[in-house]
Amino acid sequence: MPAAQQWIHVCNIDDLVADSGVCALVEERQVALFYVPDQRRVYAIDNFDPVGQANVLSRGLIGSEGDCLFVASPLYKERYCLDSGVCLDNDAVVLDTWKTRIDGDSLLIDPRPRQPVAMRKAV
Amino acid sequence: MSKTRLVVVGNGMVGHQFLQSLADSGHMAAFDVTVFCEEPRLAYDRVYLSAWFSGSTAEDLALGQIDQYRAWGLDVRIGEKVVEINRDDRLVVSDKGTTLSYDKLVLATGSYPFVPPVPGHDREHCLVYRTIEDLEAIKASAANGRVGVVVGGGLLGLEAAKALRDLGLETHVVEFAPRLMAVQLDDMGGALLRAKIEALGVQVHTGCNTQRIVDGERCVHRMEFADGATLETDLVLFSAGIRPRDQLARACGLAVGERGGIVIDNHCRTSDAQIYAIGECALWDGRIFGLVAPGYAMAKVAVSGLTGGEEVFTGADMSTRLKLMGVDVCSIGDAQGRTPGAKNYTWLDESAGTYKKLVVSADKKQLLGAILVGDAEGYGTLLQYMLNAIELPAHPETLILPSLEGAPAAGLGVAALPESAQICSCHDVSKGDVQRAVGGGCCSVADVKRATRAGTGCGGCVPLLTSLVNHELESLGVEVSHDLCEHFPYTRQDLYNLIRVEGIQSFEQLLARYGRGKGCHICKPAVGSILASCWNDYVLDPKHLILQDTNDTFLANMQKDGTYSVVPRIAGGEITPDKLIVLGEVARDYNLYTKITGGQRVDLFGARLEQLPAIWRRLIDAGFETGHAYGKSVRTVKSCVGSTWCRFGVDDSVGLAIDIENRYKGLRAPHKIKFAVSGCTRECAEAQSKDIGVIATENGWNLYVCGNGGMKPRHADLFATDLDRETLIKYIDRVLMFYIRTADRLQRTSVWMENLEGGLDYLRDVVINDSLGVAEELERQMAHVVETYECEWKKTVNDADAVKRFRQFVNSDQPDSNVVFVEERGQIRPARPEEKAEPIVMVG
Repeated sequence: MPAAQQWIHVCNIDDLVADSGVCALVEERQVALFYVPDQRRVYAIDNFDPVGQANVLSRGLIGSEGDCLFVASPLYKERYCLDSGVCLDNDAVVLDTWKTRIDGDSLLIDPRPRQPVAMRKAV
Repeated sequence: MSKTRLVVVGNGMVGHQFLQSLADSGHMAAFDVTVFCEEPRLAYDRVYLSAWFSGSTAEDLALGQIDQYRAWGLDVRIGEKVVEINRDDRLVVSDKGTTLSYDKLVLATGSYPFVPPVPGHDREHCLVYRTIEDLEAIKASAANGRVGVVVGGGLLGLEAAKALRDLGLETHVVEFAPRLMAVQLDDMGGALLRAKIEALGVQVHTGCNTQRIVDGERCVHRMEFADGATLETDLVLFSAGIRPRDQLARACGLAVGERGGIVIDNHCRTSDAQIYAIGECALWDGRIFGLVAPGYAMAKVAVSGLTGGEEVFTGADMSTRLKLMGVDVCSIGDAQGRTPGAKNYTWLDESAGTYKKLVVSADKKQLLGAILVGDAEGYGTLLQYMLNAIELPAHPETLILPSLEGAPAAGLGVAALPESAQICSCHDVSKGDVQRAVGGGCCSVADVKRATRAGTGCGGCVPLLTSLVNHELESLGVEVSHDLCEHFPYTRQDLYNLIRVEGIQSFEQLLARYGRGKGCHICKPAVGSILASCWNDYVLDPKHLILQDTNDTFLANMQKDGTYSVVPRIAGGEITPDKLIVLGEVARDYNLYTKITGGQRVDLFGARLEQLPAIWRRLIDAGFETGHAYGKSVRTVKSCVGSTWCRFGVDDSVGLAIDIENRYKGLRAPHKIKFAVSGCTRECAEAQSKDIGVIATENGWNLYVCGNGGMKPRHADLFATDLDRETLIKYIDRVLMFYIRTADRLQRTSVWMENLEGGLDYLRDVVINDSLGVAEELERQMAHVVETYECEWKKTVNDADAVKRFRQFVNSDQPDSNVVFVEERGQIRPARPEEKAEPIVMVG
C-alpha cells in the first residue's frame, strides 16, 4: 500500500513562467516545473540532464510531438516527455517526474517521485 | 599473391584522378604504386589557376594531399622526374638516379604550352601560364612592369589575361585568328565576347601575326607584327595552345602521332600493352583532348583496364561552359555549324549583351551545337538535347528566345532524360548513376554528391543534379519535405514571407493561422528569429520569451556545466584601459574564467544563472552593452589597427569596423554573422574568412561576402571593389537582408551562397543591379532594425519581472550544488565527474 499522498507548497503560480520552465528545490531534489496554462497544469520533471550531466532541463524549450509535450535539453537537444519522463530520442533513459496540483495561487507537489528511483537507468 | 608493381608518371589533375579512381575502385591494395611528381608539389587545380592571383594559395588549389596518398599506401616521389623508360626490362629511371621496375606503367605527363618560335620569344619576361611556378614568375615580372601582352585569344589566353589584369597591368590580348576563341565561337559570338572584354579594360588585337620581339623604347619589349604594327610591352605571356609531353614515350619507341601525342586505343593502352597513357599527353583517334573531363574519363578507363574491368574510352564531348573575366561563354558540339545541311537559329541582344545560337539538323529534329555568350542559362538543357539526341520541340527557337510573360519555361524536365544522360561531365556521372545512388539509400543532394562525386568538380551541374535527385526521391515515394517541422508545413523562407507580408507579430498568431500543435525546439527559435529580424521587439517580451533557446532566454551562452559566459560588446575590438579594468574587476569579483576571443572581445566564463543580472548591472553602469554572443545574430566586427597607427594602413579600418558593428548590432538572422575590416591588402583582420569582409584599397573599400572559418572554411567571394562608404553600407544592408529573407534555418551565409541558384552573379544582380526590384525595401527593413536597436541587457536589468527569471530555484537562494570548479593555471574550470566524486578543494 502506498503511503497517503502528502502535498507540500513549492511556490506561487506567478513564480512560474507560462509555457516555459523554472526550477524548484524539493527535499534536496532539483525539480523542473513547466506551467502550461492551456491545460491549467504544471509538469514536474527531474532538472538533471543525464546526458549533459548538468542541472539544466528547466531551461529547455517546450515542444510537442503529436500529443506528447516535451522539453528539449538546452545542452544537446534530447527531448523528454513532460508527462512520463521518457527520453523520446532514447527510451532507455527515463527521468523522474512528480505529481503537482494547483491550489488557488499556490503550487503543490508530492515530493515522492512518481517513478521508483530503481527504474531510472544510467546513461 | 604478389602485388602488381604500378608506376604512375605525372601527378597533374589527371594523374591525381587516376589515383583517386583506383582508390575508389577498391583495388588499391592489389598494387604497389609509385608516383613520380615532377613539380615541387602534388596535383593542384589548373582549371582555377587564375584564382591564385585573386588570393587563393597553392594549398587552396591543391587536389593531392600527402596524408591521403600515404593512407593509400603510395610511394610518392615529389620533385622527381622520370627521364627514361626501358621497355625491354620494364624499368623507369629518374633524374635522381632511381631505377624502378614496373609491371604496369601509366603515363600522365600532360602537356606544355606552345611557344611560337618567333625571334625574341626567349627574352627575359617572356613567360608561359601553366604551373604555379609560372604564376610566381609572372607575378615577379609584373611587379616591375606596366603593360602585359597575352599571345593567344583562346580559352587559356583569356584566363591568363584576367591574371595580368588582376595584377594591375595594362593588358592586351594578341590573337592570330580573326576572332577570340576561334575554336568554340563563331564571328558574332567572338565579336560580342570581344566587346565585353574590352569594356573590362583589356585591349584585343585579332588577326595579328607576331613576327619578332625586340627591345622596346618605352617598355621592355616591342612586338612587331606582320602588318607593320607594333606594340610595346613589359611582359609577354604565351598562351597559344598546348602540346602533348610525349618525349619519354618517343624515346622508348612507343607509337606517337605525327603532330605529337602518345597513341592510345579504346582502353587507353599505348602500343605497348603494359603501358597506359591518359590525359593531355594521349592521342586517341588522332585527337588530343585539352580539357580535364576527357582526361578524367581516360583515368577511369585505365583503372578499369588495370583491375580487370571492361570500360572503354569512346571520345569525349568538348562542350564547355566558362566564365571568362565574369563573362559567361558556352560552346556546345558543332558550334560553328559545319555539319552538312545544318541550320542556324541566332538571337543577338546588344542592349543586354547576350548572343545565343542553335545549330540544328536539316530536319530540325536534332540539336547539333550551340553558342551562348553573356548568359549561360539553358546550357544544361541544350547540352542534354545534344548529348542524348533528344528530339527538339517543334519550335527550337523557343530554347533561346527570351521567355515572354506567360510563356512556359523551355527547360527540359529531368524525367525526359535517358538513363545514359551524363549529368556531371567532370566526374562522368550519368542519370543512371544518380538513380542507383538514390535507390541505394542516398536521401539528399549532399548524399549523392558524396556517393557519386557528381557536382563536386566545376559545380555547373548542381542545379540539374538537385532537380534530378528530388525527382528520383519523389518517384520512389519519398516525400521530399521542405517543411520546417511537423508544426508548420512551410519552409523558413515561406514563413518569413508570411510574417512580413501579413505583419504577423507573434508565434501564437502564426501558429493559429498557419500551424498546428504547440510548436517545438525547431520552429520556435526559427520563428523567434524571423520575428526579431522583421520587427526587432525585445526578445524577453513574454510573447517572445517562450520561443528562445536558453542562450537567448538568459542572454548568455550556456556552458557544459549549466553556467553561462558573459561577453560584452567591444566594437571593432577597441577598448579603453578603464573599461578593460572594469572587465578585469568584474571577472575577479565574481571569480570568472577569463579568455580573449577570436572576435577581439573578452569572454567571462562560469557565471551562475543567478549572478548574471548583477554582473550585467556593473558592466552596463561602466558603459558596456550586450555583445549578442548568445544569439543567432551579428557578433563581431574584427579589425586591424588600420591607417591611424599602422605604417602600411591605407584607410581607417577601426573606425569603419566600429561604425559597422554599431549599425548592425542586435540584428538577428538565420545564423550568426561575423564581420572583419582590414586596412590594407595585408589583410590582418582576416576579412576573407568572414560572412562580410571589407578591405581598404587605394580607391575605397573592397567588399567580400559569404566567407567562413569554422567547420567548413570558405573563402569569401569578392563582391564589389573600390566602394565609397555609403555604397558599401548600402550593399551590406541589402546582402544581409536578402540573406535573412531567403536563407534556411541555421544556414550560414557560406552555405547559403553555395546553395543560391545563380550564386555570386545572382546575388550581385539582386544587390547591385536591383534585378528583383527589392533593393529599396531591403534597405528600409534594415533601417528599421537599426533605428529600433536597444541593449537587451540594459532593458533586462531595469525590469524587475525579467530579473526574477534569473534564479536557480524559485523557492530557495541556494546555488546549484552540482556546479563545482577546480583551479587550473590560476583560474577556475568546471570539475570533471571524477573530481566531483572525490572530496576536493573547492574554489569560489
